[in-house]
Amino acid sequence: MTTTVDYKRIAIDGFWDNNPALVQLLGMCPMLAVTSTAVNGLGLGLATTLTLVLSNGLVSLIRNIVRPEVRIPTFVLIIASVVTVIELLMNAYVHELYTILGIFVPLIVTNCSIIGRAEAFASKHALLPSLVDGLTMGLGFTAVLFTLGMLREFVGQGTVFSQFHLLFGEAVRGWSTTVLTHYEGFLVAVLPPGAFFGLGLLIALKNLVDARRARRAHRRAARAGAPAAA
Amino acid sequence: MQFHTFSSPHVHNGNSVPAVMRDVLLAVSPGAALMVYFFGWGVFFNLLISSVTAVAAEALVVKLRGREVGPVLADHSALVTAVLLALALPPLVPWWVPFLGALFAIVLAKHLYGGLGYNPFNPAMVGFVMLLIAFPKQMTLWTPPAGLDQQRLDFTETAACIFTHRLPEGLDYDAVTLATPLDKVKTDLGTGRTLREILTAPTFGTLAGVGWEWANLAYLLGGLWLIHRRRIAWQIPAGMLGSLFLVSLVFYGYDSDNYASPLFHLLSGAAMLGAFFIATDPVTAATTPRGRLWYGAGIGLIVYVIRTWGGYPDGVAFGVLLMNMAAPTLDHYTQPRVYGARR
Repeated sequence: MTTTVDYKRIAIDGFWDNNPALVQLLGMCPMLAVTSTAVNGLGLGLATTLTLVLSNGLVSLIRNIVRPEVRIPTFVLIIASVVTVIELLMNAYVHELYTILGIFVPLIVTNCSIIGRAEAFASKHALLPSLVDGLTMGLGFTAVLFTLGMLREFVGQGTVFSQFHLLFGEAVRGWSTTVLTHYEGFLVAVLPPGAFFGLGLLIALKNLVDARRARRAHRRAARAGAPAAA
Repeated sequence: MQFHTFSSPHVHNGNSVPAVMRDVLLAVSPGAALMVYFFGWGVFFNLLISSVTAVAAEALVVKLRGREVGPVLADHSALVTAVLLALALPPLVPWWVPFLGALFAIVLAKHLYGGLGYNPFNPAMVGFVMLLIAFPKQMTLWTPPAGLDQQRLDFTETAACIFTHRLPEGLDYDAVTLATPLDKVKTDLGTGRTLREILTAPTFGTLAGVGWEWANLAYLLGGLWLIHRRRIAWQIPAGMLGSLFLVSLVFYGYDSDNYASPLFHLLSGAAMLGAFFIATDPVTAATTPRGRLWYGAGIGLIVYVIRTWGGYPDGVAFGVLLMNMAAPTLDHYTQPRVYGARR
């Protein structure tokens, strides 16, 4: 390909227009299961981001060597190896968080957004755009996981940033604040139904923002076009 | 001279949404009044808080959606949802429990799906199940029925308890609450006692639990009146009560020491309220005659299973929600034969 790559477009796609969590609705299982607190969401989101960057990079490098008939098994092998590496890394450096996330760390292998990006983007683009795509898609996913985790943690148990030391070390232990004192908790938010309600509301919010922006753009276009027509 | 020919239907049965909802409210009121009599002012406060919240939430959402508020509120459907939710709640729950339940029912379960006529799940029961899962401790605060209570809270004491969490001097929650008959049967059977021993406890009256038996009979009467007025289909209550009766009869006949009698099941908990007022919600129930029978039968079966082997004392809410999910499928497979068409 000789055309220049539009990195801004890739980034906007990953963060907003084609966000894996809010628009593609991929990787729902870990997203709904681990976002009971912000730190869990952030931890799994960052692990997924790292997986996406590495697997996108590797897939992009081998894209001209592997025959199309066997590309999917090859992608799966690459992703599985990457996830194994990350699993071992997490076990070594953030062990407590690793035990909390449990089965969902190895299950990153089965996160459809990763093989989705490998197939839809990395296998068709050069190394650098693939890395950028992996990074922005991953960060877009992480942002949603973190937001959903924040919401559920706040509504469910009335705290923010609880247990952040699991990810960032002892220095941030003081971040954990109980905002609502004497709060008896809203168990539904922490349980699985809360994840569905929370995600549904986040998607609704995104669609609302999009509709507002489209309406405003439409009005601006109409205003700009009016004098010309007259 | 020209004669106009009109297409069918030629006769209208007079059912309209406001008329049906008004009759439902009228029919549920004797049972509701008995609940207030037996379980105290808490029931009244639940009804009040839930109704005000539901109507206010409905007005707010309809306004946000850019529709006219007046006609929507005039159909009384929010009020029916609120009343059904409130009648299912324990009398001494803090004020925010009916508030959150009604808010959840109207905003999330009803209007986010498109409002009256579009919601796949019974809003009142969505609100109730949300409360049951979110606040398991508060949802057990049932008062003892009149006649069994040593310490009856009067109007102001109940208000203080609900709004400020404060009980009169020298009393704690254990003194003013009592396990419901269904709850007592379940926990006592778990300790290895037989039903014959359990039923001698003062909680139980002549037919079922004290208080509950009369409230359920009042709901039964109201429901029969609704059927007589053709406001609800007879198939749903018949299916639900019939299957609950049959299943409990089989197990009662097999082992009457461990399985409660059909009469007890029919007159306990939310059986009658559920059969005539909750399961018959025209929006979320099945709509074909045979489909309604199956729909009701499914609820009755689920209620029995949850009451007997499940983790909760009563299962009407779960039964209704689960069968709401099955309603479109039931409708699909039970389409009535079109007149003149072959089988």
